[in-house]
Amino acid sequence: MTTTERAAASHLLPSAEPLGLIAADGGPVPDPALELPDGEVLLRLYQGMVAGRRFDTQATALTKQGRLAVYPSARGQEAAEIGGILALRPQDWLFPTYRDSMAVVARGVDPVEVLTLLRGDWHCGYDPYHANVAPQCTPLATNTLHAVGFAHAARIKGEDSVSLVLLGDGATSEGDTHEALNFAAVWQAPVVFLVQNNGYAISVPLAKQTAAPSLAHKGIGYGMPSVLVDGNDAAAVHAVVEQAVARAAAGEGPTLIEAVTYRVESHTNADDATRYRDRAEVEQWLARDPIARLKQYLTDRGLLDDARQQQIDARAEAEAATLRERMNVDTELDPAELFRHVYAEPTAALRQQAAELTAELTTGDQA
Amino acid sequence: MTAIAEPVSTAPDLDTLTMAGALNRALADALTEDERVLVFGEDVGTLGGVFRVTDGLAARFGEARVFDTPLAEAGIVGTAIGMAMNGLRPVVEMQFDAFAYPAFEQITSHLAKLRNRTHGRVELPIVIRIPYGGGIGGVEHHCDSSEVYYTHTAGLRVVTPSSPADAYALLRQAIDCPDPVIFLEPKRRYWEKETARLDHHGSTLDRAVVRRPGTDLTLISYGGALGTTLEAAEAAQEEGYSAEVIDLRSLSPFDLDTVAASVRRTGRAVVVHEASRFCGYGAEVAAQLSETCFHYLEAPVLRVAGFDIPYPAPNLEQHHLPGIDRILDAIERLQWDDSAAAAGGGA
Ligand SMILES: Cc1ncc(C[n+]2csc(CCOP(=O)(O)OP(=O)(O)O)c2C)c(N)n1
Repeated sequence: MTTTERAAASHLLPSAEPLGLIAADGGPVPDPALELPDGEVLLRLYQGMVAGRRFDTQATALTKQGRLAVYPSARGQEAAEIGGILALRPQDWLFPTYRDSMAVVARGVDPVEVLTLLRGDWHCGYDPYHANVAPQCTPLATNTLHAVGFAHAARIKGEDSVSLVLLGDGATSEGDTHEALNFAAVWQAPVVFLVQNNGYAISVPLAKQTAAPSLAHKGIGYGMPSVLVDGNDAAAVHAVVEQAVARAAAGEGPTLIEAVTYRVESHTNADDATRYRDRAEVEQWLARDPIARLKQYLTDRGLLDDARQQQIDARAEAEAATLRERMNVDTELDPAELFRHVYAEPTAALRQQAAELTAELTTGDQA
Repeated sequence: MTAIAEPVSTAPDLDTLTMAGALNRALADALTEDERVLVFGEDVGTLGGVFRVTDGLAARFGEARVFDTPLAEAGIVGTAIGMAMNGLRPVVEMQFDAFAYPAFEQITSHLAKLRNRTHGRVELPIVIRIPYGGGIGGVEHHCDSSEVYYTHTAGLRVVTPSSPADAYALLRQAIDCPDPVIFLEPKRRYWEKETARLDHHGSTLDRAVVRRPGTDLTLISYGGALGTTLEAAEAAQEEGYSAEVIDLRSLSPFDLDTVAASVRRTGRAVVVHEASRFCGYGAEVAAQLSETCFHYLEAPVLRVAGFDIPYPAPNLEQHHLPGIDRILDAIERLQWDDSAAAAGGGA
């Protein structure tokens, strides 16, 4: 590319308005720029979102019962969480954050394993190689670089695998995000960045986070195509992620997607969102609920009837009940585990410290 | 200085190499033997690194395996983590000690912890090579002794060679190691030559070695300061002290057994390093020796270290770096008269 061609690379820019397929009232978006997923996929998206929300409410309830140390809810973000995941192929990888438990569950990881960390254990709970899901990442934006490295390695090894990394609007301000976008574009790595712009980073609104016209606009600076999508429209999120995954798999490089959505709950159960935002704002977003709109769309087209709805609800309810039951069992903790996975083999110093702790616990028992 | 004197079955030929050359050879041999090994960083491709440690590797092994990255240290370490998760064995270069700091979060929160955070399921066999320390007339931010930032972090191994043959052995073993290794290269020793056999089968990554046997006291050092310490031991000999010199090689884990065995024999110890004294590596060595060898000690363990100041400008660095005289002074201060009295000798 010449300098002029590069400078004129406006095809990399996102649309002025978020792309959508299904409007907030459940009606079709006129002249959509995307292809609507077929009915089967739409139903899976719907079912996944219902199950995701039920999982989310159950997890929040578990914090109140003292069974979880903390839980960051993704309520209201189901379209972005589930739409993105269901667009992945089995061989693809997911690099989630702390907020994305529901996405990890949707990817096929046992929900009890997913909640292991939040329950108060020190490790992520699941085997990342089982469902191709990296540990949920707490240090903001650091997972973006892991995703790029992983994707680049897949390419070096000649494997057809795309990495999808999730990050929040706040995380786009972190240096690692910018390094990751740059590395991904320079390497043309098969990676998809899905930014869930839920309006807030804890208490800080987007306006204090960036002066960019949109978060998706950040892609052009790195030479990366960017997409702005209605993050409460599961069909649209699915369509754009599927497209981006296909591009990446075809060797055409990374894509940056901004899904505009809203965090309905507080940052975590420990946060109090009334300190920094009005109820009216929340109400506005509740009217754009991702589940209600897809339900409307499916019902209007005869794709969802009462029987099917009941089936979906019953399944989500049963999963939540099982989760509740399994989370209500006290776990056996083995203090010796503390020393086991620091190095491939415990060092002499760690073996010594493990022995000290064991001795301490044995005397403690006797006392 | 001699190579690690352990017998090997197939003795390789003698080689005369600088440390930079030995490191280059180690990388080339690892790239040849294991196709999962990758080498990348800033200017390591076409240029061969600012210290030429990767000279010729990109041409020989191709740009897919030895390559320049964009200029971003967190990016280099963060992507290396992703690559290692996906089965590769990255060896990355930080251009200078102080320029590894942007990668600190990736190193401490992920590189060091992912094994633990995944219950042992994710292994990160990554080597981060960092040219470190002063003594080359470098300007600010190019001379830090940053070892304790890393040794304080559980999950990392930290090693530093002091000679070409050891650089070769340690780097080969670091690359083969299932744990992440911070590989600190004392840049003032890059161009010193040694004739030795390059071999990595006989030694292990986490052992200290006795570089010079002695009976009166133990000098404990590593990396760039080791050479100075050996010279000081030579000078001390002329003053009548027989100093044993231990090269730690591995800073984490710390080979207490080798060090304590020596100190129990000699009864006196001085730790020498160029990093600042306060909370420096010598503090840990002194503490462990006082905990484990108290009744063998004839004098407090002393530290000869850099001052507690930012690394000084080139025209003043000789005042900061521990030199032979400072080491000899410390040896003098090891309470020789008291012990002579205690032993019933002397006055
Ligand atoms: C490097 C880093 N700095 C600060 C924090 C503390 N923190 C946790 S979540 C959060 C807000 C993140 O906001 P955003 O990226 O928009 O994601 P969201 O929580 O809204 O999903 C902050 C500041 C952190 N986890 N990591």
